[in-house]
Amino acid sequence: MAAGVATWLPFARAAAVGWLPLAQQPLPAAPQGCEARSDEVLVVNVSGRRFQTWKNTLDRYPDTLLGSSEKEFFFDPDSGEYFFDRDPDLFRHVLNFYRTGRLHCPRQECIQAFDEELAFYGIVPELIGDCCLEEYRDRKKENAERLAEDEEAELGGPGGAGADWALPPGSPFRQRLWRAFENPHTSTMALVFYYVTGFFIAVSVIANVVETIPCAAGGRAGWREEPCGDRFPLAFFCMDTACVLIFTGEYLLRLFAAPSRGRFLRSVMSLIDAVAILPYYIGLFVPKNDDLSGAFVTLRVFRVFRIFKFSRHSQGLRILGYTLKSCASELGFLLFSLTMAIIIFATVMFYAEKGTSKTNFTSIPAAFWYTIVTMTTLGYGDMVPSTIAGKIFGSICSLSGVLVIALPVPVIVSNFSRIYHQNQRADKRRAQQKVRLARIRMAKSGTTTAFLQYKRNRGLEDQDGAERPALSTRSSSAFEQQHHHLLHCLEKTTSHEFTDESTFSEALGVISLGGQTSRSTSVSSQAVIGTSTRASSLISSCCPRQNKQRRAIRLANSTASVSRGSMQELDTLAGHHSPGPQSSRASLNAKTHDTLTLNCDSQDLVAAIISIPTPPANTPDESRPRSPASDRGEGPGRPSSGSSSSSRGALRNSSLGPSYLLHNAVKISSL
Amino acid sequence: MLTLEWESEGLQTVGIVVIICASLKLLHLLGLIDFSEDSVEDEMEMATVRHRPEALELLEAQSKFTKKELQILYRGFKNECPSGVVNEETFKEIYSQFFPQGDSTTYAHFLFNAFDTDHNGSVSFEDFVMGLSILLRGTVQEKLNWAFNLYDINKDGYITKEEMLDIMKAIYDMMGKCTYPVLKEDAPSRQHVETFFQKMDKNKDGVVTIDEFIESCQKDENIMRSMQLFENVI
Repeated sequence: MAAGVATWLPFARAAAVGWLPLAQQPLPAAPQGCEARSDEVLVVNVSGRRFQTWKNTLDRYPDTLLGSSEKEFFFDPDSGEYFFDRDPDLFRHVLNFYRTGRLHCPRQECIQAFDEELAFYGIVPELIGDCCLEEYRDRKKENAERLAEDEEAELGGPGGAGADWALPPGSPFRQRLWRAFENPHTSTMALVFYYVTGFFIAVSVIANVVETIPCAAGGRAGWREEPCGDRFPLAFFCMDTACVLIFTGEYLLRLFAAPSRGRFLRSVMSLIDAVAILPYYIGLFVPKNDDLSGAFVTLRVFRVFRIFKFSRHSQGLRILGYTLKSCASELGFLLFSLTMAIIIFATVMFYAEKGTSKTNFTSIPAAFWYTIVTMTTLGYGDMVPSTIAGKIFGSICSLSGVLVIALPVPVIVSNFSRIYHQNQRADKRRAQQKVRLARIRMAKSGTTTAFLQYKRNRGLEDQDGAERPALSTRSSSAFEQQHHHLLHCLEKTTSHEFTDESTFSEALGVISLGGQTSRSTSVSSQAVIGTSTRASSLISSCCPRQNKQRRAIRLANSTASVSRGSMQELDTLAGHHSPGPQSSRASLNAKTHDTLTLNCDSQDLVAAIISIPTPPANTPDESRPRSPASDRGEGPGRPSSGSSSSSRGALRNSSLGPSYLLHNAVKISSL
Repeated sequence: MLTLEWESEGLQTVGIVVIICASLKLLHLLGLIDFSEDSVEDEMEMATVRHRPEALELLEAQSKFTKKELQILYRGFKNECPSGVVNEETFKEIYSQFFPQGDSTTYAHFLFNAFDTDHNGSVSFEDFVMGLSILLRGTVQEKLNWAFNLYDINKDGYITKEEMLDIMKAIYDMMGKCTYPVLKEDAPSRQHVETFFQKMDKNKDGVVTIDEFIESCQKDENIMRSMQLFENVI
């Protein structure tokens, strides 16, 4: 109810005195608790800026924060005011809502921030007044679209154009084939295929065109030129066959590789493909008699649709098609208004010219042609009015034609421009994404270093460690200490340790992607080998391949460098991902086979893998068994990368018993 | 042959006339020429009506409200009607928000007339305050007087059956359609009017005067008791 109603209610109740003499039944008692109206001035302190308002003003909307008793939570008895630690500029609009009953949306503020403020104060955004509602909705939609694009680009939907990441080596052939089709620049084979098909499309189209050019017929019928297609039928037939074979092969391959065959069959591009190759096959099977050859010739027209296959190769064409689709309503309006105008003017012209003898305007439909030609200002001149009225109406017709056609065009143009810019923005964003992620990763690695230091200090203390590393002099805040303690507790609970990812990935050569893969490794050993040169990584991947396993074991048995762990990344980008279930561990021994096959596609958060960077050659030798690192791939379709636990296997061959193989990787959602 | 010529000539003439009229209209639309002469008056009407109420002390003396209550009342009033007066349309709108099921426009009209004591078509803050003062803080006599004034549509001092019928119908209209028991066409209000007149019209002359009204009401227990109901509205 509007604020005004509350103000007028006492008045309406007072006016009810007029019913008293007429009442046939006794009236009910008045409700209790209607205490005398008192009004006082409240002070609301928003980040230092004081707003003062009547209490009644705030009470107008009792289902918001300020109008209900919820504001008592923010009351500061010492100063007698309500303190909110929020943006004072945006609070101004909120307070004006109480005062005037209309919520306005500031133009220069970010729509997201405004939304959050509204949510905090318990105001529904639908209350935004009509003056600002349109703009609010538009901006919100734009924002949502942009965010959706972002997410899509990051997640890299199947077959999405933004998926530039490399597929896991173990993915099925079908998936790789589909990706090769959708993103030609991922592999050379795909690129070759892309260019070959493009070339053949061009060849086919040019052949179609050249077929109809009249070639000088030599010898036989010298006085008559016949089209090249009839002169060299065999050559053209062979070329056509070759093109169709290539197109058919491509179509079948796409059909085979498509993740969803039904959807693929219904998509526009596949329809174009089908239409492009069908006439050939129909022509093959249709016998060459004169009855049907007429229809067959018509079918050949469809061969020109092959040119639409170029839209796979050109993004601009796709944008154009998409624009036309999205401007369907404007185009429809244009068509409708044109039709109306054509009919009106054609009728008028017909009746105006009816009296003239030998006139071209023989009927109204005949006049349609004149009207269209005039309205689009073509003016062929094959039909010309001769009466004065006809000329007057003809000129009006041409003037109005210009107007009618010019009106919807800017809408289409602006739509095209918007979509085109969106596309460009998407490309730019994808390029920036990698840089951004790398930077974030570097910033995050600082936090992981801290935990490693902490652990090392604790570890050394536990074991009466001899040496205090020189790097341990990093002061950490209370928050960090508690955080590290928490991680440490988790390690102890599961008797596994976090390990280093970078060393693991180094050894494996796995491309870690923007920190979005989760790796969980456990480093069992806190020992440091002084003579580490190279990290040996025990790798187990969630979706491993046999050779990797073997390699891992080989590495484990080889001399290992000491690096105690790779930098872990507390991936806060995992905000995009929902926390998945704790992935079970994969271990490297024979038992790992079963466990290793799980959760390849789990959408887990990136595990925080923490490992302690070990400065080579200055750490004491500790004899601790190592645990294999098991990593877990995650993210939709992302490859799992393993994290390596550096093993000191070289010097500890004895200790590299099965024990370390039994350690499981622990996955922790990023905090 | 001649007819054909005339046909085309006629068509040409018609066409020319149509074109001239259309172009005149277009020019008028574009504002280049003006046909009507009342554009000046339109400008004058744009000025908004502003009204400033009497001083606070004066109102306090005239009504039975305290200063604080008057302040609260005025703030609410001014917030809703920044121009300082309420016209009938706004009044009807406000009142209809309280009775969404039925049609309260007729009753609001009568109510508006009852509040608009100086009959200038708008209710100012003074009228508002005076009316509320009587209704909420007045004596029983004053309240009954006010009610009589409300029922007496033409303000001639007598309530006739027709006036009462109108009032009753307006009140029943506010109920709307979804009632229990179902409201039939006119019967309930007619019947109610009959009952009312039987009770109030002592000398059975078909009209109710102010004295008859007050006297009858004072004798009725129910009415007296319910007069206290709305004391504490503000």
